[in-house]
Amino acid sequence: MTDRVNFHFDIDGENFTSAGEASVRIKKHLRDMGFAPDVIRRVSVAMYEGEINMVIHANGGTADVDVYVDKIEIILADRGPGISNIELAMQEGYSTAPDNIRSLGFGAGMGLPNMKRYTDDMKIESEVGKGTTVYMTVNV
Amino acid sequence: MKIRTIVELLDAKVLCGEDKLDGSVHSACGCDMMSDVLAFVKDQAVLLTGLCNPQVVRTAVMMDMRCIVFVRGKLPPKDVLTLADDAGMVVLATDERMYIACGKLYTNGLAGGEVGND
Repeated sequence: MTDRVNFHFDIDGENFTSAGEASVRIKKHLRDMGFAPDVIRRVSVAMYEGEINMVIHANGGTADVDVYVDKIEIILADRGPGISNIELAMQEGYSTAPDNIRSLGFGAGMGLPNMKRYTDDMKIESEVGKGTTVYMTVNV
Repeated sequence: MKIRTIVELLDAKVLCGEDKLDGSVHSACGCDMMSDVLAFVKDQAVLLTGLCNPQVVRTAVMMDMRCIVFVRGKLPPKDVLTLADDAGMVVLATDERMYIACGKLYTNGLAGGEVGND
């Protein structure tokens, strides 16, 4: 493998039905590249939660997955409303998702905590009115 | 527990994955909130849910689950079944309510799962 392999996805914010397709594709790519099942699951779950968040809150965005020999980095960027209080958003059970999203099985306030739970490092940069970028790293 | 046993215990219909009924599951998760499912970590698990959208299948795929049971007589739309079939998932449907379905599996020896480490 070369030093870095990049996978880029545009996340469609209009379609909740297709949300998660990029994460499914990443799971297949990582399996084909021979990563351990635990690493694959952690990357794909963290990215899946991020994808769902981008569709629910930010009308979509972009996802970049950079695969190195010793780590996998996930960068999720959107131009949504931003997060005014990141500490509060990180609390399990806190959610600003509308009721119709809860009826679809999300919006329980577990997305960001799950992304942190499954990654070795996570950083959120957000500006209200401009958007949010989430950086996550899973060590191999 | 073999998936075939789940079919018998819940008097379930097999909607796809008929050829995988001799596969085994070691734990179960009964839930309609998918992020709660994603916080639960176990290989070879079965997901019981009353939700019938594509995210149920994607969540099960992410967690390397083997089988989805739709409870309360719900039947997923065709596109959801196609997604599950393509992912190699066994899909069952039972008329039992969530509480009863989970109770039947638990009392017959299928354990609950564990929540992932923080």
